[in-house]
Amino acid sequence: MTSVAERDENGDSKGGSMTRRTPLGTPLAARRDLGWIGIPLVAAVGLAAFWLLPDDLALLTRIAASALFVLSLDLVLGYGGIATLGQAAMFGTGAYAAGIVAVNWNNDPFVMLAAGGLAGGLIALATGALILHARGLTLLMLTIAVGQIVQEVANKARDWTGGSDGLSGVDPAPVLGMFRFDMYGRTSYLFALAVLVVGLLVARRIVRSPFGLACRGVSEDPLRISAIGGSPKSYLVVLYGVAGVFAGVAGALTAVTSGIVGLDSAGFPWSAEALVMLVLGGTGRLYGAVIGTAAFMGIHHILAASDPFHWMGFIGLFLIGIVLFLPGGIASGLERLGGLLRGPSQNNGEDRA
Amino acid sequence: METMFGIAVDGVAYGMILFIISVGLSVTLGLMRVVNLAHGAFAMVGGYVASYAAQEAGLPYAAALVVAVALTVLATLPLERLLYRRIYGSANELAQVLLTIGLTFVIVAGINYLFGPTLKRIPLPELLTGTVELGPKAIPAHRAFVIAAGAATLLGLWWLLERTDFGIRLRAAVDDPAMAAALGIRTERLYLATFALGTGLAALGGVLGAELLPLEPYYAIRYIVLFLAVVAVGGAGSIFGSAAAALALGIVDTAGKYLIPSFGEFFFYAALILILFRWPHGFFKGRTA
Repeated sequence: MTSVAERDENGDSKGGSMTRRTPLGTPLAARRDLGWIGIPLVAAVGLAAFWLLPDDLALLTRIAASALFVLSLDLVLGYGGIATLGQAAMFGTGAYAAGIVAVNWNNDPFVMLAAGGLAGGLIALATGALILHARGLTLLMLTIAVGQIVQEVANKARDWTGGSDGLSGVDPAPVLGMFRFDMYGRTSYLFALAVLVVGLLVARRIVRSPFGLACRGVSEDPLRISAIGGSPKSYLVVLYGVAGVFAGVAGALTAVTSGIVGLDSAGFPWSAEALVMLVLGGTGRLYGAVIGTAAFMGIHHILAASDPFHWMGFIGLFLIGIVLFLPGGIASGLERLGGLLRGPSQNNGEDRA
Repeated sequence: METMFGIAVDGVAYGMILFIISVGLSVTLGLMRVVNLAHGAFAMVGGYVASYAAQEAGLPYAAALVVAVALTVLATLPLERLLYRRIYGSANELAQVLLTIGLTFVIVAGINYLFGPTLKRIPLPELLTGTVELGPKAIPAHRAFVIAAGAATLLGLWWLLERTDFGIRLRAAVDDPAMAAALGIRTERLYLATFALGTGLAALGGVLGAELLPLEPYYAIRYIVLFLAVVAVGGAGSIFGSAAAALALGIVDTAGKYLIPSFGEFFFYAALILILFRWPHGFFKGRTA
């Protein structure tokens, strides 16, 4: 129902959407407004953080790269409705592809990103075609198994990947031949931020395209999509492949900025963490992925410094709280707050949402 | 020949442990349709309680086992009322995964806070440390005990589900919860009892399997994939399916580790993908779709 209503609204994207109400009473206008502001806001906050937190650039870089990965999961889960615990398979494949290309052939950062995206997309297409007919627990298990196999292959192919020691010695060339990756991580961070913003723009374009709307249709009612002549599985496989490109680029970005690729980049815990971050932020919103990642990794940075187990307890309680009290994640909380601030008179029907 | 025998004994014992833990998960998944990722955490809690009871409180092994199962069930029953009841049903799979991952994290942190990060042991009684003569071969008594316990669990569950009033109600509720409720079966009580049965089996497996799946705080996260794999292959809600899947996966995994250790768990997951690709509802079709 969301997709239909939003398609109605696509006509007047220039302005006036603040006052427009859909007959359904859901806060679509609020969601769309935040969507527009979201990407410039991410860029602005990211740049502000560059000057405000010059000592934490390594952490900020990790957040930007991880946010792109979580964004790929949002495409799969938030728009395709595919519950997966194996998204790290694509991330790890992309990271290893970028690392191997850099060590053996070409260390230009853009070539590395392209290699990562290509590898991630290919493995996602191949495995997606194999597993996406399943549902529920079976699908969860299949995605986990794909991740474990990628990890196991990376572990076995010692000559290429360094096995359990990790692939080190990835030394990317200066960006565009001008900006060297300095030891303070300034170039790394700005590069990662730029890739993240471009990724958000592309993702936004994809989810608003007819293809993106069709995918949302599949997640809401596959039977109806096949009734009007679409093929649910092929939409999902393509979406899975597109998200695989994003995850692969995110992995390559991590390889570029950190200079090392480890086995854990394809592991089950990393997939599960991405899911947690996405849900903290809110699914099906794109910028929810950024909010969730920043919140998760920021709090992790502060709490895990004392004891990693405190961190686990905290995040566990937080997750339970989110599921029970705020099923849409932080982003939906912000939207509700935004709706309240704009004036209670407009909001009579919205508080249920 | 000697290796084959070793693989068979260890594989079957390992499979029995997987069976005892996973069948609890399978029963709750089949009835309540809840993907309970915290199931491994419940097994871990059972193991830790038994370890504490045996080492600190000095109880004998059998008493520690009973105490562990009873305490784990008592401790998790409030969770069913407060948390799980809200997420029953196959519609909110994602909420189930997240809530139970969150619960797992909390339990891992709590266990580490209470017992520390070191490996815990449950000392075996003398009766179980020796070997059992079996014709010309001798097998470790603990392995024999585990295999016997697994077989007893299998028979007991079969009897419980096929031959008792409780089992009849349970199967009715699995087939059609709404109709079962309309016929006067108190499904809420049934859910509570089934949840208790599931966690009790998890705790039992956690204690019995402490030699094979060592007890440490990350136990809950490390082995849950294994338990889920058994349920996915066996088919949710099917006891004999779980048993066959657990034994098969246990033997495949053990054989892989003995014969080609460098490949780790590659064959395990490759077999899993092939089986699930061909039989998406589990090799032994469960009662649920």
